Amino acid sequence: MSNLNQLTIHEAHRLLREKQVSSVELTKACLERIRKVEPEVHALVTVTDELALEQARKADELLAAGDTHPLTGIPAVIKDNMCTRGIRTTCSSKMLENFVPPYDATVVEKLKGHNPVILGKSNMDEFAMGSSTEHSAFFPTHNPWDVSRVPGGSSGGSAVVVAADEAIYALGSDTGGSIRQPAGFCSVTGLKPTYGRVSRYGLVAFASSLDQIGPLTRDVADCALVMNAIAGYDSRDSTSVPHPTPDYTQCLTGDIKGLRIGVPKEYFVEGMQAEVAAAIRDAVARLEESGVSADWEVSLPHTRYALAAYYIIAPSEASANLARYDGVKYGFSAQEADSMFDAMEKTRQYGFGPEVKRRIMLGTYALSAGYYDAWYLKAQRIRTIIRREFDRAFEKFDALVTPTSPTVPFKIGEKVDDPLQMYLSDVCTLPINIAGLPAISIPAGFADGLPIGMQIIGKPFSEETLLKIAHAFQQATDWHKRRSSI
Amino acid sequence: MKLSREEVLHIARLARLGASEADVDRFSEQLSNILENFEVLQEVDTSGVPPTAQSVNLQNVLSADEVAPSLPPDQVLANAPRKEGNFFRVRAVLE
Repeated sequence: MSNLNQLTIHEAHRLLREKQVSSVELTKACLERIRKVEPEVHALVTVTDELALEQARKADELLAAGDTHPLTGIPAVIKDNMCTRGIRTTCSSKMLENFVPPYDATVVEKLKGHNPVILGKSNMDEFAMGSSTEHSAFFPTHNPWDVSRVPGGSSGGSAVVVAADEAIYALGSDTGGSIRQPAGFCSVTGLKPTYGRVSRYGLVAFASSLDQIGPLTRDVADCALVMNAIAGYDSRDSTSVPHPTPDYTQCLTGDIKGLRIGVPKEYFVEGMQAEVAAAIRDAVARLEESGVSADWEVSLPHTRYALAAYYIIAPSEASANLARYDGVKYGFSAQEADSMFDAMEKTRQYGFGPEVKRRIMLGTYALSAGYYDAWYLKAQRIRTIIRREFDRAFEKFDALVTPTSPTVPFKIGEKVDDPLQMYLSDVCTLPINIAGLPAISIPAGFADGLPIGMQIIGKPFSEETLLKIAHAFQQATDWHKRRSSI
Repeated sequence: MKLSREEVLHIARLARLGASEADVDRFSEQLSNILENFEVLQEVDTSGVPPTAQSVNLQNVLSADEVAPSLPPDQVLANAPRKEGNFFRVRAVLE
């Protein structure tokens, strides 16, 4: 048997039910692992060890009394932009360094309904703006496959705790790739659900028309279990969609015969690493062996405009959402000031880091008088064109397959001072947020020991199709079972 | 697409974002570079294409007008940098 902290949710659940292990043992194994590897990976902003052990003891009592929920007593980590009542929620920003939310985000409340063990809160790019977790105001997170490299971002900490066996699973959020790109970089499974599928109530807002919460797990079966717990309608999020929520484990049949997948050629972008393209070609060939048909001639010509459209829309929304940080209600507050406006300007100057400021400036510009039509409205019209292209593709295909990112993880420091280069690492993931679609990243190979992710994209609310295909792929391959040597 | 120092200062003022001299120079260079790259958007013909604000087709989401519990004042104020009684304390708006 592998170490307890390396188990999947479904393996750990079976051992808990069979009374072979206790939640306290499972939790102690994770906490021990956290103590051992955190000095190298820096994935966690806050470790809640006492609370975790208390929750584990309670879970053990419930398990003894016959609780059979798959998440009961399973240790998890939550990205530090989801409000946790009584536990500091920082967004990895100086602005919220000491913010202790008075309420739980809906996803946290839903998880707590199943008696999880919460180990702590994970590091991220400040306010989820970034692709490497280097934009954390506290410290960068390191990739367990090579600690000189980034884990991706913005949910880098959540991907790392799963990859480095510090937790059994984690929650992340994804505005332009922030679950999938780090999942790809760390060789874990990460799902961004359809916009509207998971409530964002209590998720600190970044770009409200794009943000979505989802799981980071060791395999697809675990992803389905977490989705069962967090998906569903919530009246407190007005973009939450009142569709019935399926049992996501029911689609994991392994039978994908007859499904049609398309491989859009625009996603094999200029500058893409050859090993990444080759790994995705191999992965599609494996899917074909399992009975799907693949079409390599699919074209989504406006994909090339998605990056620019995204980096107008997301910063515009961010500039409005982050207007709330005024130093009055909560958060950092500059006290040495001459006037109300001076206090606000200083609060924001010293409370926000460079990438957040850059995006506030970019968004404010795109929304300002004289530029609104040329930039913001233009980007929103292109958004419509991109959505329509996906709609047309999904008339012919059940899913689209692409690389998750154009390269393997890059070096820490390599792109941090070059915003455009950093933005390019989301080029394969952000079109999906623009269109509000679901997409999953799963491990699909390695180049020189560094992970490569495959992205599978579906039509709105087709998470089951994605999970089915991804699960069949994981039955045919063992990329997702490889562990880093850290 | 070159953003002048004056334009950068104007945007920073709109965003209520204090900026040092070095910040203004850096923003001017970086934002100009970003926007120059984003000029590609202007080559797309979007005539007759409606804008998409969000991707679910929900409209006019209403909720029932029902009384429900809300957070007590002490919890709402717990994170406030400055408070007085049950209020957030702010600096004078009018001098």
